[in-house]
Amino acid sequence: MMHQAPILVVFIPLMTAFLTPIIGAWRKNLCYPLTIAATLLSFISSIGILIAVIKNGTIHYRLGDWEPPWGIEYAVDYFSGYILVIIAFICFMTTVYAGKGIKKEVGEERAVTFTTIYMLLVVGLLGVVITGDVFNLYVFLEIQSLSAYVLVAVGPRRDALVASFNYLILGTIGATFYLLGIGYLYIITGTLNMADLAARLPMLYHTKVALTAFALFTIGLSIKFALFPLHTWLLGAHSEAPSVVSAILAGAVLKVNVYALLRIMFTVFQAEFILKVIPVTKIFLVLAVTAIIVGSVLTVAQTNIKRMLALSSVGQMGYIVLGVALANRTAMTGSLLHILNHSLMKSALFLIAGRVSYRIGSYDLDAWKGLGRKMPFSMAAFTIAGLSMIGVPLTVGFVSKWYLAIGALEAGMWFIVPVIILSSLLAAVYFWRVIEGIYFPEKSGASSQNPEVSNSSLKDDTPISMLIPIFILAGLCILFGIAAFIPVSVAEKAANMLLGGM
Amino acid sequence: MDIWGFIISKFNYWVYITLMMVGLYAMIAKKNLMKKLIGMNIFQTAIILYFISIGAKRNATIPIVKHANDHGYAISNAIQYVNPLPHVLMLTAIVVCVSTTGVALALLIMIYREYKTIEEDEILELRK
Repeated sequence: MMHQAPILVVFIPLMTAFLTPIIGAWRKNLCYPLTIAATLLSFISSIGILIAVIKNGTIHYRLGDWEPPWGIEYAVDYFSGYILVIIAFICFMTTVYAGKGIKKEVGEERAVTFTTIYMLLVVGLLGVVITGDVFNLYVFLEIQSLSAYVLVAVGPRRDALVASFNYLILGTIGATFYLLGIGYLYIITGTLNMADLAARLPMLYHTKVALTAFALFTIGLSIKFALFPLHTWLLGAHSEAPSVVSAILAGAVLKVNVYALLRIMFTVFQAEFILKVIPVTKIFLVLAVTAIIVGSVLTVAQTNIKRMLALSSVGQMGYIVLGVALANRTAMTGSLLHILNHSLMKSALFLIAGRVSYRIGSYDLDAWKGLGRKMPFSMAAFTIAGLSMIGVPLTVGFVSKWYLAIGALEAGMWFIVPVIILSSLLAAVYFWRVIEGIYFPEKSGASSQNPEVSNSSLKDDTPISMLIPIFILAGLCILFGIAAFIPVSVAEKAANMLLGGM
Repeated sequence: MDIWGFIISKFNYWVYITLMMVGLYAMIAKKNLMKKLIGMNIFQTAIILYFISIGAKRNATIPIVKHANDHGYAISNAIQYVNPLPHVLMLTAIVVCVSTTGVALALLIMIYREYKTIEEDEILELRK
């Protein structure tokens, strides 16, 4: 059973996606347990895979038992095992939340359709991480993106439609660039398998075709994970989508696209190409620093909580790219840790925002004033995740920023450290504004003028299934902040593997 | 090689790049969302053309094992047959292209119902 785990991770959600409309037509309320079971099984298999990878090294799974260069191969190493567990976990958490959480934003009658598309999104996300074939990766990337476009479009306001359309156009440009990159690599190597490409490419590093292919991959995937100048779709898509979709978009979809880029950069092309042949790390360094600063500055100006959370992703993706750009072991570890941390924190924050809006129907900063007494548990979790975003010690946010700062010093780039500190201060500004409003509303504050809040404050009718994932995610923010060695040990090995002999 | 020889010998690439740029231009410059979508389709078709053209070969056969009247097999040489893989990849890419277009058209219908227009600047005006 265990050696079939790599296919099960993808197969279980795929089958669930097919079964959901059928079962949903018969018994609507069976859909929710079904999806929970599916994502839980996927999560358990992904943990099993990661443990097997730690014990025995890279796992190769041949689809249909075809030999790798001809057939599609699923390959899991430290890096993909690590990301796989994160993605499967975020998918599981958001699925638990989605059962009740989509009621108000999506509507009861669209719940079955929503769940089907949602499971397809999960299939795409897990598939991208697990595959070892560049074209198969493209297919999963498109499954994931297409479901993401649809899920954004079901957002509660009509602006969601336009946001989804912009996302679709830009996402398609990104995916098509990626496809073109595959074409260029195929012309010169005649293979689509990642390991095979890695073996054949080194002698072709200086050809124009390889350089063009690399440029296409980089730009295409950078659009998809919203690297700074290509981030314009992100604000609309992440702020207009239903909260649970925003959580999975920020927590899993962005991460999977970063994963795809790192996979192409460090496995298909290798660290030698990145560091010696073309100055991509320098370009990334400039973009990452700009993203961190501009992202934070833009975020400070927002008064809508959801737009604020959406925009802060731009800066956070900057951190992840920063570690890649510095390209030493410590910074790379920091980068991989930040993938985990940002997934936990941002998903938690979006889920909390969704829960608050479920209760009071608003994402406005003013409407949140004084919520500390009305929704103590949610607001405690929000504070923890917010502190973690700032990077306060004992939270996960601190660990990855620490590794990035040390990595920057090791690379001799001391000017990165003030950038990280400045961005953390800006994060403190925009989160403190919210946290202060929650716990210390002014006496003549907006909360007394807001009838919605005071009316709904009598009874907390939000379902418990929405609170559990929030608690687990916020709890992990603290747990991994204190017991940082758990993710660090895996992330270090993954970083070593990516940087190879460097 | 003179410049004309350079252009003509690689004309399939020139055609695909021209088409791709036409599509990209339409996506960036056009205000009408439908025109943007058409631009996106042209853009994707350009890539399909590129893949098909790299797999094309004159006077070539299909890559299957020939049975020569019970006298064993005659396997065609790699030179004699067309590499089918780029074409097969494009089948998948066409499916992706069609589904993207489907989703986009559905979105456009809903945008038109909500805003009564699919002109981008008018929608931006309405969102204020």
